[in-house]
Amino acid sequence: MNDPIKFVPKRDIRVDWQLIAEMVEPGSRVLDVGCDDGQLLAHLTETKNVDGRGLELSQHGVNICVANGLSVVQGNADTDLVYYPDDSFDYAILSKTLQTTHQPHVVLEQLLRIGRRAIVSFPNFAYWRCRAYLALKGRMPMTNSLDIPWYETPNIHFCTLKDFTALCEKMDVKIEQSVIVKASGNVMTRSTYGSFANFFGADCIFMLSRKT
Amino acid sequence: MSIKPPLSDNQTVILGKETPLKLDCGVTMEAINMAYCTYGELNADKTNAILVCHALTGDQFAASRQPVTGKNGWWEMMIGPGKVLDTDKYFIVCSNVLGGCMGTTGPSDIDPKTGKPYGLNFPIITIGDMVRAQAMLQDYLGIESWFSVIGGSMGGMQTLQWASAYPERVFSAIPIACAARHSAQNIAFHEVGRQAVMADPNWLGGDYYASDKKPTSGLAVARMAAHVTYLSEAALHRKFGRNLQDRENLTYGFDADFQVESYLRYQGINFVDRFDANSYLYITRAMDYFDLVEDHGGSLSKAYEKTKTRFCVVSFTSDWLFPTSENKDIVQALIAAAANVSFVEVETDKGHDAFLLDTPEMFKTIDGFLQSSAKSRGLIS
Repeated sequence: MNDPIKFVPKRDIRVDWQLIAEMVEPGSRVLDVGCDDGQLLAHLTETKNVDGRGLELSQHGVNICVANGLSVVQGNADTDLVYYPDDSFDYAILSKTLQTTHQPHVVLEQLLRIGRRAIVSFPNFAYWRCRAYLALKGRMPMTNSLDIPWYETPNIHFCTLKDFTALCEKMDVKIEQSVIVKASGNVMTRSTYGSFANFFGADCIFMLSRKT
Repeated sequence: MSIKPPLSDNQTVILGKETPLKLDCGVTMEAINMAYCTYGELNADKTNAILVCHALTGDQFAASRQPVTGKNGWWEMMIGPGKVLDTDKYFIVCSNVLGGCMGTTGPSDIDPKTGKPYGLNFPIITIGDMVRAQAMLQDYLGIESWFSVIGGSMGGMQTLQWASAYPERVFSAIPIACAARHSAQNIAFHEVGRQAVMADPNWLGGDYYASDKKPTSGLAVARMAAHVTYLSEAALHRKFGRNLQDRENLTYGFDADFQVESYLRYQGINFVDRFDANSYLYITRAMDYFDLVEDHGGSLSKAYEKTKTRFCVVSFTSDWLFPTSENKDIVQALIAAAANVSFVEVETDKGHDAFLLDTPEMFKTIDGFLQSSAKSRGLIS
């Protein structure tokens, strides 16, 4: 075509994407589960020279990805991860998608089967604004990053930072790195993920691996 | 940019004189004619060649005037300067399939053993045989590996077969609206078509070439039935509804009262002028026999083990002949084989035929895929 669609990255790459990109080794094989319109994949391809693949539920997202030259297939994180072979990627990434899956623990298991490492980011439902919203208004919290009302939100499995680390423990999963992010987008801490982080952290990013 | 006419002369080459073509049925063909068209120019490294595989009733005239009908090529929307298959960048090759009737050896050609047209003495051919013959053409053209192999429907089957049988000779593959095995429903429709041809008294057991009458009514009915499967209920409704053809009222007879009837009759009548009835039998059979899953012990991913080929699978929402589910089977097998695969389901109400029509979403998808493949092959920086 005379006028191929040029990939125009948004001016500001989402903060959790920047932080995820920092965790990824250059030249590695990456699967982005729930890759949306491919911004993170494109970012990783450009800055980290990764061999990137994507899985995305929405037709629209997939079409944008493929038209932009990314290797992405249309599929569902809950049902389609089973087709990927063991250890076929260095990293299986799930950015702000965990809470939209039907069986988050099964998805996590799959991520750690497919990837040597899993990188998972999610909004912390125990963030103080969420707590305050629920406590004071008595309504399901809506914040800047959680701006869709309960009856329309794709987020069906919210969890808190503590819920997540408890699940990791239960699943015998090793937490290799953690980054807790403030609502401003600035990093709050990279060293702990205790009660303090659970109260003040708006978003969490974890790099996980299998213990055995 | 100078505008080069995308036309190419139809060329025919005799292949298999030294190493004959061994068919799946066990028969060996000593020499076959291979008719093909090319568009654009082959680069010095011979790395920019794209093989376009045509569908059941297609031919090599993908982007040039069809000599019998005088109509434009069947994929002129895709092939040409500045188009998705850009003839300013790529060297496009499209050959008539083995068993066809536009110059490549098929049942209407002379059997050297008898001096008469083959008719039903033509050996049963498979998609694998078609691809084997195309590989001979690739050798003849001196192209080590295609930059891409692309095709819809039966062309998609050939594309899948190419990537499985000759992985090192296919850099990228774009199977569109196809399946790794022909479904029972599709075999059933083909059987209806074949029975219509064979029920025509002019078919004469396939030996009609010397007769003045050809099995045109049977072939037209076969085409009409098949044509319905290429469309969708929504497309038929949108195009024709229950509209009447050149009349105000029903005639209370069996004339083509409805526009849709008239349209189908037109499709049938036009088809018989450009297609050989026996070719129709042989090629539909080849599609029926196609089963890459069975060929690989029941596991399609084995067909693509360790493949380096990049894949882009495209399906259409309203295609009920090769539905998305069957295209997804291919995608899942490729994922299981750890292949580099993209998959897009294009939203359209045009049915299976969408791949031949103006479908911008498909154009964008294939364009994006080809551009990134061209980058990875070093064709563009």
